[in-house]
Amino acid sequence: MATITLENLAHSYLAQPAGEADYALKQLDHVWSDGEAYALLGPSGCGKSTLLNIISGLLVPSQGRILFDDRDVTRADTVARNIAQVFQFPVVYDTMTVRENLAFPLKNRGHKANYIAARVSQIARMIGMEEVLDRRARRLTADAKQKISLGRGMVREDVNAILFDEPLTVIDPHMKWELRTQLKALHQEFGHTMIYVTHDQTEALTFADKVVVMFDGRVVQIGTPDELFERPAHTFVGYFIGSPGMNLFDAEIAGATARIGETSIALDAAYPASGGKVQLGIRPEFCRLGNDGNGLPVRIERVEDVGRHVIVRAQSQAGPLNIIAHEGLRPGPDDTHVVFEPGRINVYVDDWRISPQEENAVPAGGV
Amino acid sequence: MDRTQNNYAWLFVLPVLVLVAFSAIIPLMTVVNYSVQDVLDANTRFFVGDEWYREILRDPQLHAALGRQLVFSFSVLAVQIPLGIAIALCMPTRGIWVAVTLVLVALPLLVPWNVVGTIWQLFARSDIGLLGVTLNGLGIEYNYTRGRWAAWLTVLAMDVWHWTSLVVLLCYSGLRAIPDAYYQAARIDGASRWAVFRHVQLPRLTGVLTIAVLLRFMDSFMIYAEPFVLTGGGPGSTTTFLSQFLTTMAVAQFDIGRAAAFSLIYFLIILAISWVFYTVITRSTKI
Repeated sequence: MATITLENLAHSYLAQPAGEADYALKQLDHVWSDGEAYALLGPSGCGKSTLLNIISGLLVPSQGRILFDDRDVTRADTVARNIAQVFQFPVVYDTMTVRENLAFPLKNRGHKANYIAARVSQIARMIGMEEVLDRRARRLTADAKQKISLGRGMVREDVNAILFDEPLTVIDPHMKWELRTQLKALHQEFGHTMIYVTHDQTEALTFADKVVVMFDGRVVQIGTPDELFERPAHTFVGYFIGSPGMNLFDAEIAGATARIGETSIALDAAYPASGGKVQLGIRPEFCRLGNDGNGLPVRIERVEDVGRHVIVRAQSQAGPLNIIAHEGLRPGPDDTHVVFEPGRINVYVDDWRISPQEENAVPAGGV
Repeated sequence: MDRTQNNYAWLFVLPVLVLVAFSAIIPLMTVVNYSVQDVLDANTRFFVGDEWYREILRDPQLHAALGRQLVFSFSVLAVQIPLGIAIALCMPTRGIWVAVTLVLVALPLLVPWNVVGTIWQLFARSDIGLLGVTLNGLGIEYNYTRGRWAAWLTVLAMDVWHWTSLVVLLCYSGLRAIPDAYYQAARIDGASRWAVFRHVQLPRLTGVLTIAVLLRFMDSFMIYAEPFVLTGGGPGSTTTFLSQFLTTMAVAQFDIGRAAAFSLIYFLIILAISWVFYTVITRSTKI
């Protein structure tokens, strides 16, 4: 096991990248702590898989270094890195039985037969395939094949890290839940560093201690699920995490007051004045409908009942917004305004979140 | 169900039936008809029942030709299939060389059979041919018009030259159809080059290899023009394969009854062996 350090890493699939737009993975520094479970979350084509393949050694980065502890492995191949990786679509060796499939990574590394047998039966129990160990892998369902792929990824105990590239895409929903729970249990038991690539926020938030959100080849935020929900560092994180995502409004800010069009909104702290595009971000969970004339005027367009709560789709002068209303607080026809919880509003300048001014901050040039 | 409608449908099938009857069924039946008669000339013939069949099946010359044919066809497979796979594995997978190598590999397939025979007849001549002169220059006594082994090996080499490309192209397309993830997973699993071939590439080639084996077997079993041009079946009868045996019987000796009976047996042999190949290969991939 090892701490994985990425230094100045960037990758372009072109031989002669001209500008930043040519990079599939823009410059990045990051340390993956030993033994943590990470999720790499982002939309398709944001560079997640590129990053994963660079870590596993299937791809050599255009620039930068990768260190495992203190060892530079930038040009080392997959075998030398001792990494396990599970791919999006099941990869099984058709001509082998399930048992031989699971034993393959160990056999290739010359482990002893009795160790292999013990390890294979342990893994088989974990993925629930003990009964089919002697069946040919070819005839199994996609679900079962992917479980074999997962098993092969986990069969080696001494790996530096286990990487998962959207491993549950082809798995049935109920099985997804079960496998994810097993992966989590496995992580707690063996303490491998795990990096789990996904575009599914539920998967990321339930699996990982830390979620790395990527957008357009860039890491936009690394944080715990709570941090991503409460304090999205980038408007993309606000939009991508949460269901529905964060509401954003163009606004002007003066001190502790924001203006959206004609409406003044009180913030819980003063924000520094700045150039650029200023936006307020507020999650639908922290919006309240009311009819006392306070807040932003809205027109309700649609109410969707999703069970535990309802999602109100509304239109305001500053654009569309979503509001989550809980049981007992059903929207009525006379609800014409929406108020925001002041402590839950985030302020963005050019898509990046800015912090409020410290109350006792020393004024610039003072003392 | 409405019967009138069913009968009406026959009208639509009729043109096909007429075509197939004209081009396949009637000619085949003519052969069947000849095979049970002794034809002396255009107006004189006798019904002889299964006599030709019994005679043909006892003919030692035919047994010898069939034996030669089987040895030749299996040699063709034994050389061309492994060689084809090996070449396909060596071919580039990206870049401009893909197109270049594909064209180069495909070239022999475009050469007509009798031209291949002529090319090799000149190429292998021991007095002026490049191959013949070189071999003799190296101290190997080589003359395909006299040496039995030389003749047989030359016909085999000629077939390899002409048809290995077909196996290469089939295997190449099979290899390209393997998703990258399989190779990546094998690298992660620490598989050796041989293990990748044995467990990733070969299992995924069974489909195209089935086609390659069937095509190469049937084609080589019916080989005619190349040895006819190169050696004329000699020396002796070393390179007289079944179709040449048949042609000699039907055309040169005008022994139409015997030739017809033999044609049908020949046809059944090819059908039977192809069926065996097909069953063996498809069954082995199912278990």
